Amino acid sequence: MRKKSRIWLLLVLPGVFFVVFFMLIPLFSLCFGSFYGEAGFTLSNYFKLFGDRYFQQVFVRSLRLSLLSTAVCAVLGFPTAYYISKYSRHKGMMMAFAVFPMFTSPVIRSFSWMVILGKKGIVNSFLVSIGLFAKPQSLLYNEFSMTVGFVQLFLPQMILSLIGVMDNIPDDLTLAAGNLGATKLRSFFHVIFPLSISGLVTGSVLVFTGCMTAYTTPQLLGGTDTRVLSTMIYQYAMSLRDWTQASVVAVVMIVVTMAVSSAFNSLSRRINPMA
Amino acid sequence: MKKKNKTLGLITLLVYVFLIGPLLVIAAASFSDTNYLTFPGQGFTLRWYAQVLTVSSFIKAAQLSLFIALAGTAIALLLGLPAAYALNRFRFRGKETIKTVFLSPVLIPCIVLGFIMLRYVVNQYSLEVIPSLLIGHTLLSIPYIMRVVTSSLANFDFAVEEAACNLGATRTYTFFHIVLPNIKSGIASACIMAVINSFNNVSLSAFLTGPGVSMLPIEIMSYVEYHFDPTIAALATILMVTTLGVMLLIEKTLGLQSVV
Repeated sequence: MRKKSRIWLLLVLPGVFFVVFFMLIPLFSLCFGSFYGEAGFTLSNYFKLFGDRYFQQVFVRSLRLSLLSTAVCAVLGFPTAYYISKYSRHKGMMMAFAVFPMFTSPVIRSFSWMVILGKKGIVNSFLVSIGLFAKPQSLLYNEFSMTVGFVQLFLPQMILSLIGVMDNIPDDLTLAAGNLGATKLRSFFHVIFPLSISGLVTGSVLVFTGCMTAYTTPQLLGGTDTRVLSTMIYQYAMSLRDWTQASVVAVVMIVVTMAVSSAFNSLSRRINPMA
Repeated sequence: MKKKNKTLGLITLLVYVFLIGPLLVIAAASFSDTNYLTFPGQGFTLRWYAQVLTVSSFIKAAQLSLFIALAGTAIALLLGLPAAYALNRFRFRGKETIKTVFLSPVLIPCIVLGFIMLRYVVNQYSLEVIPSLLIGHTLLSIPYIMRVVTSSLANFDFAVEEAACNLGATRTYTFFHIVLPNIKSGIASACIMAVINSFNNVSLSAFLTGPGVSMLPIEIMSYVEYHFDPTIAALATILMVTTLGVMLLIEKTLGLQSVV
């Protein structure tokens, strides 16, 4: 009796139209536009960009800072997530404290580092008091402050993704490993770590893409000589009004984030013993 | 029984100091009785809180940010809810593609979204600031609505809906009286997430705000570039306490686990 109903079309269409019209068509225009010069189709915009020393530095800096921040997040996030998942008595509260910064504006979180790392900040007075610095000096507007900002910004994502997979590892497995004579460290590296890789990868993708595309943190904690891709897009588009260059950088940003994410994901499929 | 592990416990403690400490520093600095921002602060005063309320650009920007976040999420709900329902309820081809379309705004870097909206939508159709912000923030919210509503619909037993239909209820009646009440906590958590995300957004608004029309995060950013007094710390503390309040409310009503 079921007659073919087209009602779904009516329900889906407005939303599809909205996203296609306001985002996907502009996105295609962006890609096409970046391949267009005065003489029609050309790669010259890309050659020009990648030949530019300034862009090369920005590009490498973006990659470097994102990879470094991802690595730091992994190193800090792994033991923390493991502790919360397997040892903590206040798991709900610990999770809530990890979520709270995520709900707090990145502007506020970056700003807090301006207070802490600034010349009058607590880190400076400490370093001066122990005699490491002769006089207070700004620790801001460089790659160090940007990395600190990135790590604080995206560490919660890493912790939460790791807790997600670690919660599914039965405690019996480590017990069994222990009974079979494995030391704690050995069972950690041979049982817990391999089983947590999928969470590590999910977290790393979130942190990496987050760092590659974040705008607030590099804008507030970075300086004019530590620009990254996102601040470069803004500079080209809004200050220099060079829309072609801004488009090319934007396409590069999309391609790099997508390529790295899929590389991470295929890597995880290859080394995940459970897959 | 939970065992103890002191080394891991210490690492966790330090990580949390790193995560939460800076926010506490701001809160502490907001009470400092000095004209510049410092931690540890000196004295105790509430004057910076009074100061925040006198900066009219903050008040205006906060109102606009709240309006855009709420209205954008409402529009996203109007567009996303029917689609999520159709994707779960009906059989048709191209479901995955349609789902990808709805989730795509989260795959595009926000900064790129702001740029392409400015170049290919706002400039092309000479849109005013408010409508462009509304469109942009609706795009931001759509994936949240889609993801959470889809997963709560996946847990909903459509046999219940069919039972209602068999008992003579119309499709529309069934949707509003049977389906909707069953997924309302999913919808609520999706909306809260979307509103918070939209309220905090910087990169999109940075491209779409115009002269005289600003959003709160943008306003804060430009203020910090030129001033370094505790006013911003006070404002930040107000925002953080609000966030905390929202989180407690979520925990009491929906459970925080359902949101993250």
